[in-house]
Amino acid sequence: MATAAQSPSVAVAQAQSTRTLRSRTQGWIYLILIIVGILSLIPFVWMFLTSVKTYSDVIALKFWPWPPIGTSQPAWGNFAEAMARIGTDRDTGLPLFVRHLLNTTFITVAVVVGVTLTSVLAAYAFAQLRFPGKGLIFIIVLITLMIPDEVTLVPRAVMMNKNYLGWYNTYLALTMPFLVSAFGIFLLRQFFMQIPRDLWDAARIDGAGHLRYLTTVMVPLARPAILTVALFNFIWTWNEYRWAQLVTSSESMRTVSVGLQGFLQAEGGTETQLAMAVAVMVVLPILVLYFFTQRYFTEGISTTGLKG
Amino acid sequence: MTVSTVPKELPKAASSRRSKKSTPKYTLKEAILAYGLLSPAVLLMLVFTFFPIAFGLYISLYDWRLGPRAFLGLGNYARAFAPRSEFWPALATTATYSLLSVPIQISLALVLAYLLFQKIQGKSAFRVIMFLPYITSTVASAAVWARLYSPDTGIINQVLSLLSLPEPRWLLENKGVFTLIANGLGFKMPLGITGPSLALISVIIYTTWVFVGYNMTIFLAGLGNIPGELYEAARIDGASGFQLFRNITWPLLSPTTFFIVLITVIGTFKAFNHIWVMTQGNNGTGTAAILIYKQFYQFNREGYASALGFLLSTVILIVTIIQNRVAANRVNY
Repeated sequence: MATAAQSPSVAVAQAQSTRTLRSRTQGWIYLILIIVGILSLIPFVWMFLTSVKTYSDVIALKFWPWPPIGTSQPAWGNFAEAMARIGTDRDTGLPLFVRHLLNTTFITVAVVVGVTLTSVLAAYAFAQLRFPGKGLIFIIVLITLMIPDEVTLVPRAVMMNKNYLGWYNTYLALTMPFLVSAFGIFLLRQFFMQIPRDLWDAARIDGAGHLRYLTTVMVPLARPAILTVALFNFIWTWNEYRWAQLVTSSESMRTVSVGLQGFLQAEGGTETQLAMAVAVMVVLPILVLYFFTQRYFTEGISTTGLKG
Repeated sequence: MTVSTVPKELPKAASSRRSKKSTPKYTLKEAILAYGLLSPAVLLMLVFTFFPIAFGLYISLYDWRLGPRAFLGLGNYARAFAPRSEFWPALATTATYSLLSVPIQISLALVLAYLLFQKIQGKSAFRVIMFLPYITSTVASAAVWARLYSPDTGIINQVLSLLSLPEPRWLLENKGVFTLIANGLGFKMPLGITGPSLALISVIIYTTWVFVGYNMTIFLAGLGNIPGELYEAARIDGASGFQLFRNITWPLLSPTTFFIVLITVIGTFKAFNHIWVMTQGNNGTGTAAILIYKQFYQFNREGYASALGFLLSTVILIVTIIQNRVAANRVNY
């Protein structure tokens, strides 16, 4: 650029000043993004650090009590200590936290499998098949999509009582109402409808029926959309709190979110390092899942415009 | 929305092969298969969404505590509408929460999306990090924030004390923010104006932290759909950066913006989990969803809670319809 600077033309000077202006703007953009990135991460960093501090370091308000600044050692025992404080499951003899983890895993897997299955099947019918009452049934799906949970929360919970379904405090109550997702049906239907009709004609000539066409052509082609539905339902179910709190009563039926909230209100309220140890154990599985699958979250949002 | 046209009656010649799209005929076999595929989803929806709505309406007409005690007619609704009922303040808190957090969340998300849309190194790393709060368990992250906000031991007040700034009581502060600012400056707010409680503002800051990355991701998708040639053409005509935003980005992004406003408003009207974990609805953070939960879970008033659920849903519906009306003239599809 030294040669350009020698020429006295105004145009070159202008070009240079816009370039420095642009790189200065770039600098500001990076600064803002880095600050926002740090703000997004600080609560996580604090949670992880606190989960391995000793009680005395927590009350001494030390952010980093370990070498090279401090002299403490990481208190890895907090995790076992927290689990011991939460207690033991009477049914199985396992630590209650492990039981909560198993419950949550089971419920989440059941819901994800259920939602994926019901959504794929229904979406295929809407996208590919002709039958009487299609419009009416589709309207049922759309209405379900628009109804807020607030209106169904109380009656659903009452339905679980012994006078009605009698599912209170069972896995049925925690899974059955969530095995269908209007949103999943709607999204997959949109996706299936984009798949060219010629494929179906070709498959039919090869002698394939609807079910074989669905499993060998449609599902593989719609894999990103199906994964998006599955992953978002995974996150929502894993993190669900209110329903599980309402329809369970015994410790052995609780989920991790309910268990965590219970612990926070009891001992975790005073012993922050133990509360954070439990929080880490609740959050970690989701973080791991997210890091391996994050592109399906952003792509899913990009291609569908997802509701939260 | 394209719903295929439904033929009025079943054709007699079920064996006739349908081949062209324009002839919406179906075979009996195909219809049976369709009903088979739809039945799990439709049955679940009828049992767990449609039936509960009717059942909820029924419950809401009774003094229902672990079972029907007495028929009240519209008594539960009258109780909610009574001048001194707890429903009005809860609704006002919900509206305040929504009105404050929606613009903050969305404008911040738009700015960040716009910045990330420039030619930036490490774009996807920023995106992954900013999306993290959304996927994290609300109970866990709200518990972390409640400790960050702690007046005596929280990291926020530690930083403020280093900077010798006032250290507020955040989630524990019942007083309105206007009152606090006025007190800090040494005068009194006139006319008893208090403003939203600092606890509510603290909750709003947390909500922004959770949702900004999520909204930003939707905005980024919207920005990606705007054709690049428009910008090139406008640049050749000598448009400035602000003009590009004002005349291309903003109008063409309006469907995305409208969608985000819609889901964010609905989300704020349903806000429950994080508020429950952080304040249990105390200190001026008792939203309508918190009121419903308390009436149901703590007081076992199923009838009243059902009525409140219907009222809140009606409010959400009305707000959504109003937004659709307002947007009809301003959104460019």
